[in-house]
Amino acid sequence: MLINWYRFSSPVSFYPLAGSWSYLFGILAALLAGAGLFVALVAAPTDATQGDAYRIIYIHVPAAWMAMFIYLVMAGWSAFALGFNTRLSAMMAQALAPTGAMMAALALWTGAFWGRPTWGAYWAWDARMTSTLILLFLYLGIIALRHAIEDPRRADRACALLALVGAVNVPIIYFSVQWWNTLHQGSSISLTVAPKMALTMLLGILVMTAAAWCYTIAVTLARVQSIIVERERGAEWLDSLIHLEAAR
Amino acid sequence: MSEFFAMGGYAWYVWMSYGAVAVALAAEIAHVRSRRRRALEELRLSAAPLLSASVAQARSAR
Repeated sequence: MLINWYRFSSPVSFYPLAGSWSYLFGILAALLAGAGLFVALVAAPTDATQGDAYRIIYIHVPAAWMAMFIYLVMAGWSAFALGFNTRLSAMMAQALAPTGAMMAALALWTGAFWGRPTWGAYWAWDARMTSTLILLFLYLGIIALRHAIEDPRRADRACALLALVGAVNVPIIYFSVQWWNTLHQGSSISLTVAPKMALTMLLGILVMTAAAWCYTIAVTLARVQSIIVERERGAEWLDSLIHLEAAR
Repeated sequence: MSEFFAMGGYAWYVWMSYGAVAVALAAEIAHVRSRRRRALEELRLSAAPLLSASVAQARSAR
């Protein structure tokens, strides 16, 4: 590859790149969400057994997937930060945590409002729901730990360690519906078996998931820009950034 | 139109879910933007002496 990836491992060269990618993925997210919402609320037919309540899955499934994926990506950046002691990797992990927490909270919230009409309860101490609640607490714990340690480099290491230890929870969530006899149903979409749902519904979920991915990338990159500015203050290159921003 | 909002009798559940997502995303975007603005503003303030020095330097060079 001709791309010099090392260039992007320094905050200086990453800052402007993060800005333009954030913008690009933000636009993509808006377009995909528009199309996805149309399929979810208008184009897709009413479910034969669940009625229109099933339309919640178009946001519930992407939010739940993102909550898990973001955690894995955050743990990956944390491993990088611990192994190579790179500032930017730790900053990326730091930038992902709030969005991950939001996705976990939304997965639980939308799940409750889908569970009530479908299963008859907003909440149950079911394996998948409980492990997703633990995921939310892990995110909140990592954010709290960050705020509790004053030295950012020490906070990086502590948060990275907590993120890595907590990663064991993600396969527990994912396989919970197989390992335990849970209230939560098994997965409806699989890479190996034909989907157990109509094509329009599957398409809606996939488009909404793509929108959630783009949204997460956009908002995380925008947040990492703020983190770079907050943490690298005093660095010479940041002074030239002011000239750039002031010139706008 | 009212049929659309009624969601076949599941309006409460459907709109509480979609509404929460809309509120959460709007709040996060607003928060990220204000944090960015604040970070750049603080950077500008902390670098103000340097900036004015460089401006003075540029002026004297003219």
